[in-house]
Amino acid sequence: MKKTKYHIAVTGLNNTDNPGPGIPVIRSLRESKDFDVRIIGLAYENLEPGIYMPDMVDKTYQIPYPSSGMDSLLKRIEYIHSRERLDVIIPNFDAELYSFIQSKERLKAIGIKTFLPTIDQFEERQKTNLGKYGQKYGIKVPMSKVIVHRHDIEQLKESFEYPLLVKGKFYDAYLAYSEEQVKSHFDRISAKWGMPVIIQEFIRGTEVNVIALGDGLGNTVGAVPMRKQYITDKGKAWGGVTIANDSMLELTRDLIKKTQWQGGMELELIKTMNNEYFLIEINPRIPAWVYLAVAAGQNLPEALVKLALGLNPPPFLNYKVGKMFIRYSYDLIGDISQFGALSVSGEM
Amino acid sequence: MKLKKNIAISENGFLFNPETGDSFILNPIGKEILNQLKEGQSVTDIKQLLLERYDVDLVSLEKNMEDFLVILQHHGLLDR
Repeated sequence: MKKTKYHIAVTGLNNTDNPGPGIPVIRSLRESKDFDVRIIGLAYENLEPGIYMPDMVDKTYQIPYPSSGMDSLLKRIEYIHSRERLDVIIPNFDAELYSFIQSKERLKAIGIKTFLPTIDQFEERQKTNLGKYGQKYGIKVPMSKVIVHRHDIEQLKESFEYPLLVKGKFYDAYLAYSEEQVKSHFDRISAKWGMPVIIQEFIRGTEVNVIALGDGLGNTVGAVPMRKQYITDKGKAWGGVTIANDSMLELTRDLIKKTQWQGGMELELIKTMNNEYFLIEINPRIPAWVYLAVAAGQNLPEALVKLALGLNPPPFLNYKVGKMFIRYSYDLIGDISQFGALSVSGEM
Repeated sequence: MKLKKNIAISENGFLFNPETGDSFILNPIGKEILNQLKEGQSVTDIKQLLLERYDVDLVSLEKNMEDFLVILQHHGLLDR
């Protein structure tokens, strides 16, 4: 039987050393047994590697940065939709999620589906609210404090021990061993990501993550825990392995049930020597290591598309333990005319 | 003293703890001890087996065995 072909737009084509999830999401969708896809890449920069990778995107369009406002983004999406008849959009950047969540109904009205957390789910798990979040949902979180002025740094010694973490509101986290280092990281992060800056207690332990998909009704459609094996200087996993960890799965299912989480998510946890789990962060989207979950038997991007389309994918009940991913870098060869086409017309 | 369930030890001495993702390389004696533990042998039986199989005195064996078990415990590989 001929499979239905869905037209799916995907962002996050920056397959760099700080990779966006776009390419692994596309790779997963192309492996769907139930449907075919035409992939429309949505790019912010002309040199996002995913644009040039063979057999990944069928067509790429440039879109405006979130800072240009929602109207200019929607205008561009409407134009792309008029050319491509999009069925689903999967946004993959933290910074763009707010715009896409807010635009859900407008997109739906023109026939484009998304499957994202609600604005309340998105807001309450912000790094700046982590303390309250932990309390509300009964999860251990490190002590944290939000600061907006450089002079707040002097008072940190009253409630924090060094080292501590200095974090940006969207990205970046640096370990600081002294007040001077906090000041230097504060300047760097606030210049790049704006205010506030988050100060967080440093929890010693092993970094472990869970990728999961919630159906918005409290059910976990799939979840796979992973232990980072190699971490880059940007704190990104360059290698990881799936693990069999009931505590992590229980924590994830419980959180999805209590929050009725809708969409993909990544839980970043620290496991201490005493086998306690601290929630460090929730990324409200599919993470860049999603293809490991697919290789372990859970094609979560495929299930997310089905949920967006109102189909009911059955929950994944298991996954293979000991599956490993290793990232690599590879020089793609393109032609300046491709770069030119994208630069001049905004599409390629 | 038992090895935690699901611990995988390959022929070449590579040990993988699926619960934590930790992995270790065992030397041949370490592999032998862990395989015996995995089969449910007691520490006393394993010591006896090693005494019979290798040219080692009891004091050295007990000291090294105790050190090794402490390491296994430290890495969370044992159920005490």
